[in-house]
Amino acid sequence: MAWLKKLAGAAIVLGGVGAAGGWLLSAPVKLDAAVLTQLGPGDASKGKRIFYAGGCTSCHAKPGSQGDARLQLVGGLQLKTPFGTFVPPNISQDPKDGIGAWSVDDLANAMLNGVSPSGEHLYPAFPYPSYARMKPSDIADLYAFLKTLPAVAGKAPDNSLGFPFNIRRGIGLWKRLYLDNQPVVALASSAPDPAVAGRYLVEGPGHCGECHTPRDFAGGTKKGEWLAGAVAADGPGIVPNITSGKGGLASWSEADIANYLETGFTPNFDSVGGAMVDVQRNMAELTAGDRAAIAAYLKAVPPHPNGYPARKPAS
Amino acid sequence: MRKLVVAISMLAFAGSAAFADPIIDRQALMKERGKIVGGLAKVAKGEDAFDAGAVLTQLQALQANAEKFDVDALFPKGSDVGDTTAGPKIWEDTVGFKAVEDKYLSNVKAAVAAPPADVDALKAQVGAIGSDCGTCHQGYRVKKG
Repeated sequence: MAWLKKLAGAAIVLGGVGAAGGWLLSAPVKLDAAVLTQLGPGDASKGKRIFYAGGCTSCHAKPGSQGDARLQLVGGLQLKTPFGTFVPPNISQDPKDGIGAWSVDDLANAMLNGVSPSGEHLYPAFPYPSYARMKPSDIADLYAFLKTLPAVAGKAPDNSLGFPFNIRRGIGLWKRLYLDNQPVVALASSAPDPAVAGRYLVEGPGHCGECHTPRDFAGGTKKGEWLAGAVAADGPGIVPNITSGKGGLASWSEADIANYLETGFTPNFDSVGGAMVDVQRNMAELTAGDRAAIAAYLKAVPPHPNGYPARKPAS
Repeated sequence: MRKLVVAISMLAFAGSAAFADPIIDRQALMKERGKIVGGLAKVAKGEDAFDAGAVLTQLQALQANAEKFDVDALFPKGSDVGDTTAGPKIWEDTVGFKAVEDKYLSNVKAAVAAPPADVDALKAQVGAIGSDCGTCHQGYRVKKG
């Protein structure tokens, strides 16, 4: 039976090495100084554009808020997903319940790196896998704009997640697989400027791919089906294909896309619906140039057929 | 006499059968609504010329369409299954659903009562109406494949 003992010993050693390795590989790491020095002073008026491009208010305002109430970032929405319920927190300027006490470095670490000021991993329900592609100077501008918004007291409830998703440390391994600050779509060097500008808005702050791209079993976006549409993560229904593949936007012109983002009307005069209603209201706050850039990029992404299963016939 | 009663009741039955599918009825109403709003949006965008009389006619058609939108008749219990994108919230929160529809109707009525004299006025009205479309489709419609 000596071999069995040896095997058990080897298993224990391997398990120990694996655990130690996993512990090291999953450690939250803060941004290095080279990135932080690129933040710069920050400009609130430019930050307003980033705020609407990023759609912060869609998740962080109190659910159902209209008008100026959308600038009260008290949190509390419930995102019910297969991993459990995520609750976007208070990111108002309240120093205790919100992020009023955060430094610009703290915001950069959260958005570019998914690490909280206390050094914990943040859940990627907060779409930092997209925000990681943002320019540090845009984070500083956003920080300056957030400073102009009201402080609202009140903590949102905690996330409610099942095992093993409730172990934050595990996100460190997830990040090694999915966190990447490089562009998803490689555009030719001859690509027009609007498409390049649109790529930044869509893949970075706009985080369109977080809902419009199907996810694999571990919850990472499938880059090979980028923007192909997906089963909605937080409820019934689907999120449409916004590539020019079958089922997508092939019949929409760039002007149609830009007009939809501005007015909420599709080319057939259906209207925007679902979670996109809030997104469209944010897009309407951008300049016509930004909306045209988004349209130019969407027309340049590789076409894919729908990233969700075909509708079952009515029963 | 008896024959007449039978004939009338058969006619009545045929009549109700023609409107027996609330899913088809409500989809037809929404299609018509979209078409009218689409025509108005084209004028608001400057793609079609502004003609105050024609715009008022379109707004009146929109009001007639909105007044036909009888929630109880068009969204009876059980009509959430089948070829429909009506969301479950319509039946969970019928009061809220009716309130959104009422707000839409009152915005359309306001536009008819104070018909736009120029493109900018129309733009503001189409904007308010379009926002109502979005508010309802945000919570009460589920996009399917």
